[in-house]
Amino acid sequence: MSDMAAPSSAPAELPRAKTDWLPLLLIPALGLLALPFVGSPSTWVTLTVAGLAMGMMIFLMASGLTLVFGLMDIINFGHGVFISLGAYATLLVLGPLAGWALSDSIGLNLALLGLCILVAMGVTALAGAVFERVIVRPVYGSHLKQILVTMGGLIVTEQLIHAIWGASPIPIPLPQSLRGAFVLGDIVMERYRVIAVVIGLVVFMGMQLILNRTRIGLLIRAGVENPEMVEALGYRIRRLFVSVFIAGSALAGLGGVMWAFYRQTLTAGMGMEVMVLVFIVIIIGGLGSVGGCFVGSILVALVANYVGFIEPKLALISNILVMALVLVWRPQGLFPVARR
Amino acid sequence: MTSSPALPLPFDETRRRGGLLTGLLSSDLPRSRALSFILLAIFVLLAATPFLFSGSQPVGTAAKICVFIVLVASYDLLLGYSGIVSFAHTMFFGIGGYGIAIALERMGPTWSSAAIGLIAALALSAVLAIAIGLLSLRVRAIFFSMITLAVATAAAVLASQLSEITGGEDGLSFQLPPALRPAFRLFSEPVFGTMINGRLLAYYLVFVVSLLVFLALLRIVNSPFGRVLQAIRENEFRAEALGYRVVAYRTAASVISALAATIAGALMALWLRYNGPDTTLSFSIMIDILLMVVIGGMGTMYGAVIGAALFVLAQSYLQVLMGAGSAALAGIPLLPNLIHPDRWLLWLGALFIISVYAFPGGVVGRLRQGKS
Repeated sequence: MSDMAAPSSAPAELPRAKTDWLPLLLIPALGLLALPFVGSPSTWVTLTVAGLAMGMMIFLMASGLTLVFGLMDIINFGHGVFISLGAYATLLVLGPLAGWALSDSIGLNLALLGLCILVAMGVTALAGAVFERVIVRPVYGSHLKQILVTMGGLIVTEQLIHAIWGASPIPIPLPQSLRGAFVLGDIVMERYRVIAVVIGLVVFMGMQLILNRTRIGLLIRAGVENPEMVEALGYRIRRLFVSVFIAGSALAGLGGVMWAFYRQTLTAGMGMEVMVLVFIVIIIGGLGSVGGCFVGSILVALVANYVGFIEPKLALISNILVMALVLVWRPQGLFPVARR
Repeated sequence: MTSSPALPLPFDETRRRGGLLTGLLSSDLPRSRALSFILLAIFVLLAATPFLFSGSQPVGTAAKICVFIVLVASYDLLLGYSGIVSFAHTMFFGIGGYGIAIALERMGPTWSSAAIGLIAALALSAVLAIAIGLLSLRVRAIFFSMITLAVATAAAVLASQLSEITGGEDGLSFQLPPALRPAFRLFSEPVFGTMINGRLLAYYLVFVVSLLVFLALLRIVNSPFGRVLQAIRENEFRAEALGYRVVAYRTAASVISALAATIAGALMALWLRYNGPDTTLSFSIMIDILLMVVIGGMGTMYGAVIGAALFVLAQSYLQVLMGAGSAALAGIPLLPNLIHPDRWLLWLGALFIISVYAFPGGVVGRLRQGKS
C-alpha cells in the first residue's frame, strides 16, 4: 500500500510500483452484487454498516499479527490470548469507574471507552513484551516449534486469566449513551458499530501514515521485504521486531476491548474463537500485508453479513468459501508481501 | 532389545531376522530398557484391566487410553514424522464418531449398519483430507495449520447447527449391536471371577482394534514412505530436489492420519454409546492431543502410548491431588486458585512449553537418552 499517493492515471512511465486496484474493487463489487439479493436498500445499508464495523474489529485484531509475521517470519498462535487479555483489562477500569458507564453524558461515556482502550493497550503491550521474551525468542526460525510453543503460551495465559478473574463468563454493560441506534428514515445504524468503524478507520490511517511517512515505518517495510539487508545496513532489526511485536499485542488489546463491548460478555476463550476469522483474514490478505489485511477483514465480514441475511445456513461456511476462492485466484493472498 | 550394538541406528529396511516381536513392531524397537518396561506394563495393564479392577471407572479409563493412543499416534504421523501442524484432527475424530452414531441410530443396532457408518465416515474423511491438503499444502506448510483450524471450527459449528442429523449440542445416544450390550453373556459361568458380558466384549473390541491400528501406523512410519516423510520434515527443498513430490507425500500422510483418527472416533462412539460435540469435536480435545504428543515425544509412535496413558491418568487422578493441595493452601491469596483442580491444564501447559524447549523428544526421547 505504499502507493496511496501514486497518480492513478499515469501509465507506467515513472519507476513506481503500480497500484494493484483489483482487490480493492472487490469490496464495492461485492456490495453491489449483494444489493439485488438483499432487496430493500435500507436493510442493505444496515447490513453494510454492521459488516464494516465487524470488519474493522477483525482488522484491529489481525493487523499486528500480520506485521509480526511479515517482519520476523514468526507465526503467533497465541495472539488470541492478547485479545482476551485486552477484554479482561477493561474490568480494571469498569470496576472503579462504574458510575461513568451509567451516566447519560456522552463525553463521560466516550472518556470511559478511551480509558478502557488505553489501559487495555498498556496491559497487552506489557504482556506482549513478556510473551516475546519468554515464549517466542527461543524459537526463532522454526515454524513447527513456534506453533507449538505459542499454543502452549496460549493455554497457560488462558488458564492464568481463569485463575485471576474466575472461570465463569462476566457480563460487561455498554456505556449508556453508546447503546441504541441512529435512525435515518428507514436506515438503522447501531451507534456502537459506527464508533467501531470510526476507530478502525483512524487506526488504519494512523498505521498507513506511520508505515509510509516515517522513518520507522520505512524500516519496518524494508524489514518485511528483506530483513537481512536491513540488518546489513546497520539497523537492529531485532529491536525493531520487538517493538512491532509489542505494538501488535497492544493493537490486539484494542481490538479485544472493542470486541468485548460488542459481545458484552467476557470469556477467556473469546480471543481464540475470533482467531479463526483472524487467520482467514491474514491468509486472504497475504501474509505480512497491512493493506491486504484491511481489505480481507472487510471482505470476510461483509460476506458473512450478506450471506447470513440471505441464506443463514450457508453463513457458517461462507468464510471458508471466500478463503478458498481467493486462494484459487491468488495462492499467496491478495497482496503478497513477504517472499519467503 | 535384540538389536546388535554394532549398529546404533535401525537403518536397515531389509533386515528381517529379529523374530516375531521385531516383525510386529516393524523393527522399530523401544531401544531403552526403561521404555520397554513401561510399554510392556501399559500393554499388560490395558489387556487385563477388566480382570484386575472391578467397577466401571477403571475400564472406562482404559478404553479411553486405548482410543487416545490411536488418535495421538495418528496425529504424531503428521506432527512428528511429517512436521506439519494440523488443527483438524478432532474433525476426523468427530466424523468417525458421528458416522457410527448416525448409522446405528437411523438404521438400527446391527453390525452391518455400524460397518456402513464406518465406511461412509472413512470416505468423507479421506475426501476432506485430500481437499484440505491440496488447497493448503501446495502453497505453504504454515497455511495448513491456519486453514485446518478454520475448517475444524466450521465443522464443529456445522455439527451443532444441523441438529436434525447430528442431534445438535445434545449429541446422539444409540443402541449397540446385541453382542456388545451389558446384558449379553458369552458364557453362563464367570471366568477368573469376572462375567464375560457384552460390555467386556466391547472393551476388547476397542483394545484389539486400537492395537492393530497402532501396529499398522508403526509399520507405515517405518516403511520407505515413512522415511520420505521424515526426509521432507528435515529438508523439504532437498527432498523435492531428489524427486519426491512433497505435496503428494504430505497429502497422503494427512489422509492416512485422518483415516486412523476416524477409526478412533468410531471406537470412542462405540464405547460410550453416545457421540456429541463435546466428546469428539471440541477444540479442547485438540489441545489435549497436542499436549499428549509433545509430552510423550514427537516423532516416535511409542511417545503416543506414553503421552496418552500419562495424560488420561492425570486427567482422572491429578485433579484429586490438586484439590487436596488447594484445600491445604486455603488462606493465601491467588495461590489456591493456581492449584485449584480446574487449573490442572495450567501446569500441563507449562510442562508442554518446557518440553518443547528442553526435551524435544518428550518422555521417550529422555528415556532413550538416559540409556546411552
